[in-house]
Amino acid sequence: MSVHASTSPQTDDALPAWAFGLFLVSLALAWLGASALVGPQVLPGPIETFDRLWVMLSTERFEQHAWETFRAFIVALMIAVLLGIVLGVTLGAHRLSGDVAEPMLVALYSIPKVTLYPIILLLFGLGLSAKVAFGVIHGIIPICIFTMAAVRAVPRRYVRAAQAMRLSPREMFWKIYLPACIPEVFSGLRVGFSLTLLGTIIGEMFASQRGIGHLLHQAMENNNLLDITAMVLLLVTLAASVGFALLTIDRRLAARAPSA
Amino acid sequence: MSLVAKIRWAVIVGFLSFLELICRAGWVDGISLSPPTQIFLTALSILGTAEFYRDAGLTFSTVAGSIFAAVIFGFLMGMGLHRFPLVRRFLDPFLASYYSIPTFVFYPFFIVLFGLNRFPLMAIGFIFAVVAMAINTLSGLQRVPRVLMRSARVMRLSRWQTIRLVIMPSAAPYLFTGLKLSIVYSFIGVIAGEFILSGAGLGFQIAFSYNAFETSKMYGLMAILLTVVGSINLYIYAIERRIYSRRGGR
Repeated sequence: MSVHASTSPQTDDALPAWAFGLFLVSLALAWLGASALVGPQVLPGPIETFDRLWVMLSTERFEQHAWETFRAFIVALMIAVLLGIVLGVTLGAHRLSGDVAEPMLVALYSIPKVTLYPIILLLFGLGLSAKVAFGVIHGIIPICIFTMAAVRAVPRRYVRAAQAMRLSPREMFWKIYLPACIPEVFSGLRVGFSLTLLGTIIGEMFASQRGIGHLLHQAMENNNLLDITAMVLLLVTLAASVGFALLTIDRRLAARAPSA
Repeated sequence: MSLVAKIRWAVIVGFLSFLELICRAGWVDGISLSPPTQIFLTALSILGTAEFYRDAGLTFSTVAGSIFAAVIFGFLMGMGLHRFPLVRRFLDPFLASYYSIPTFVFYPFFIVLFGLNRFPLMAIGFIFAVVAMAINTLSGLQRVPRVLMRSARVMRLSRWQTIRLVIMPSAAPYLFTGLKLSIVYSFIGVIAGEFILSGAGLGFQIAFSYNAFETSKMYGLMAILLTVVGSINLYIYAIERRIYSRRGGR
């Protein structure tokens, strides 16, 4: 089962920059319109929001919170990627354990992980490690499932050719499995990236006194819609730009991959 | 039962016995973790209380509304994106990074929009689930083999026939994935919302028993919830299998 299918199989040529600019402007206009429609108390308009974001970004307090989130996120991402790929390769290469584990992984993926937060808190306590653990449990499973699927989908004829050429297991890994898997694994990383960020921020909302998640939680309790919108804007911008970069690489890899 | 299923059960049973052992032997304290047998018994006793059915009714009806709306709108969105490739290309980076936004921060907006009732929670489940459905619908539509579309043209199928006989069956695996994800994400959205923000429902009860140090009640509720979500997904998986096998091997 594919967890998330990538959005487009065929490779489009890149859009010109002015088209993207136009698109962003029309998004901002739609936002302005929506804000005028429901009233700025419900949905703050783009101008106030950018203003607020600018003020926020220039305070030192916010900088500390953002740095905290960034640190937790990077640690979580590294753990999720490394563990996820190792686990995925192992399960993919060993047929039986893969068959045993796959439905269990999919089941784990599909449980609402927010409800597991008491367990994480009990295991790790408040603070950085709980946030990291939260990010990891969100991100690791898709990475693992994608990697497993990729290893399994390596065409048998490559493996047989390699066997005929008497490649050692190590050469087999570097010369056959790794190059053949990279596009799929990369798609897994893309999904894993998003979910790890989500997990880290959710972790901060409950399990921390610092970080952007904590600030969001505070703003939510105080019903401070302007702050929420500003932080969401920041997150969306960051996530979308990284998403855009990853998607571009992803497409290039997919285009280079031999069609099996 | 196949060998794979046997091993799978052995792993699960082994894991549960391990938990049981470390709890009973006192290696972890009772506030952190309850032994599985006790969780099971608590879950049974929770199932006998009227309070549970009130909360479960609230949660499940909200989730059902959210799933229903998400599947329909997600499907339409996917069709729209497929129909207008230019829009899709602009939206691609946003769709790809959609799931890194903690959607339930929008709860305050929905409260102002809908008032203090179950609709804001339903809306959170909906916006969390709808994009998964849309993305999968889009993938399914895009991956209809061109050969099939050409055959349909050659056989002069009408527009409706093409949709019914060619596109839908071909996209079915993706649509099912979308459906399954919509269900899961609706649950996640609604329960996460209840967990943090609401005063009723299963998510709230879990948070409440956590705060009240009623560990075994908390785990009992989680076990019930996970069983329900798991069984729904297994049921859909079974339907999916039956459809594929009727179509002849996949």
